[in-house]
Amino acid sequence: MSSPSDKAANLPALTLRNVTKRFEGAAGKVTALEDITLDVREGEFLAVVGPSGCGKSTLLSLLAGLEHTNEGQIRLGDQEVVAPGRDRLVMFQQDALFPWLNALENVMFGLRLKPDLTEAERLESARYYLNLVGLGDKEKARPHELSGGMRQRVALARSLAPNPRVLLMDEPFSALDALTREQLYGDIQEIFTKRKKTIVLVTHNIREAVCLGDRVVLFSPNPGRVQQVFDVNLPRPRRMNDPSLATLASEVTEALSAHLAK
Amino acid sequence: MASKLPRPVIPTLIAVLFLGGWEWFVRTGHVNEVLVPAPSHILQWFWEALLSGELLSATWVTMRRLIIGFAIGAALGVPLGALCARVRWIRDTLGVLALGLQTLPSVCWVPLALLWFGIREEAVLFVVVMGTVWAVVIAVQESVLNVEPLYLRAAQTMGSKGWHLWYRVIFPAALPGVLSGMKQGWAFAWRSLMAAEIFVVIVTGFGLGSLLNAGRELLRMDQVMGVMAVVMLVGLLANLIFFSPIERWLRRSRGLER
Repeated sequence: MSSPSDKAANLPALTLRNVTKRFEGAAGKVTALEDITLDVREGEFLAVVGPSGCGKSTLLSLLAGLEHTNEGQIRLGDQEVVAPGRDRLVMFQQDALFPWLNALENVMFGLRLKPDLTEAERLESARYYLNLVGLGDKEKARPHELSGGMRQRVALARSLAPNPRVLLMDEPFSALDALTREQLYGDIQEIFTKRKKTIVLVTHNIREAVCLGDRVVLFSPNPGRVQQVFDVNLPRPRRMNDPSLATLASEVTEALSAHLAK
Repeated sequence: MASKLPRPVIPTLIAVLFLGGWEWFVRTGHVNEVLVPAPSHILQWFWEALLSGELLSATWVTMRRLIIGFAIGAALGVPLGALCARVRWIRDTLGVLALGLQTLPSVCWVPLALLWFGIREEAVLFVVVMGTVWAVVIAVQESVLNVEPLYLRAAQTMGSKGWHLWYRVIFPAALPGVLSGMKQGWAFAWRSLMAAEIFVVIVTGFGLGSLLNAGRELLRMDQVMGVMAVVMLVGLLANLIFFSPIERWLRRSRGLER
C-alpha cells in the first residue's frame, strides 16, 4: 500500500489498470473501452471528454459498478470495484428523480440507506444539501413541479447528501438550456471548492470539460482509448466565456480532430 | 345557437325523447309489453324491489362475493406477477399460462367449480378469483418489467437492493400499471360473477344474477331489465368512487395529468 510519505493530495481515489470492456451486440462484438489505465486523485475534478461512441458513458457505468470489466481492474482506494456502492454516487443525464417522492424525500432516499444515521441527522443533512443547491424552499415539490435545472439540482443534492467518496457525473448538463447550464457550472464549482469532493465528469462538450475539470482526459473512439490528458491550471471559479479557457478548449478540439483525421 | 347552451342540455333532451318514445311505443301497443317492458314498469319494479328489501339484499350478496373474490384474486395476483417479472423460468411457465387463462372467459370454470366445491359460496368465489387473478398477474408482470431502468440504476448506486429495491422503487414505480391491472381484474371479476350467478342458483345467497334469472323464469322482463340497469350502475359507481379517484390522484401527484 501507499507509504505515509505520499502527499495526501496525490493519493489516487480511483485507479484503473488496463481496463477493457466489450459488448456483445447485434453487429457482433464491440470493444467499447480498450486498455484504459488512469488514476483519479483524491479531491480531483476529472473531466472525461470525447465524441459519442468513445465509451465514456461505459467508463462511468464501470466506475459505478453497474457494469463489469472484461479485463483489467478498477479500484477505489484499496477496494476493488465489483458492484454499485454508496461510496460512488452517480448523477445521470436525466435527473432520475423518483416521481412518487418530493424533493426532500428524494434526497432522503440515499440517506435512509445509511444505517449509522438517526432520522433527525438524515433530515438535517437532506435540508443542508437542498439549501446548498439553492432549493431550500422547494422541499415539498414533486419532480414534475420543478424545472429541468431544478430537478438536476435536486439530483445533485441527492448524490452529495450521503457523502460519497466519489461523485460520478454522466453528462448531467446535456439536457439543460445554456443559461441554466452556466448557472449550474457555477454551483458545481462552488460546491466542489467548498466540499473538496472527488468528481469524475463525463461529457461530449469540450468547453464544459475544460471549464470544470482539473484535468481533462480526451478519449478517442472505436475502440475507446485515452488519447491525451490535459492539465487545466486556470483559477476557479471559471467562466465559460473566459478567453484562456477558450484557448485550451480549442487545443483539445484540435487534438481530437487531428486524431479523427488520421 | 347550440354552442351557447350548457353542455348537459342536449343529452338530457335526447334521453327524455328516447325514454318518452319508448314508453309511448309500448303503451300504444306497437311493441309487445312482455318482450319489452315500458320504462315506467321497470322503474316501478325497481321501486318495489327496493322497498321490499329484495334488491338491497341481492346487491349486498353480490357485492360481498365480488369484493372477497377480487381481494383474494388481487392478493394472489400481485405476488405472482412480481414473481413472474423477477424469475425467468416462472415467467416462461406461469406467465404464459396466465396469458392463456386470461383469454378464457371465467364462466368456463363454472362446471369445474361446481364439481370441486359443490353448489356453495366457494364455487362462486373460485370463479371470481379466476376472473381476477390472471389479469392482475399479467398487469403486475408487465408494469414491473417496464419500470424505467434509470430508476433502478439510480437506486442501486445509492445502495438499494433486494427487498428495499422492490418495496421502495420497483413497486411505487409500477403502481400506475398495477392499478390499471386491478381495474381490469375488477371488470373481469364483475362479469364472471354475473355469469356464475345467472348460470347456477347458489343456495348460499341470492345475488343480482339470481334475481335476473328469476325474472327470466317468471317472464318478468321489467325485473330482468331493472337488474341489468342496477348491474350497470354498480359497475359505474365502483369506477366512479373507487378506481377513478385513486388513478387520478396517482397520475396527478406524478405530473402525468393535471
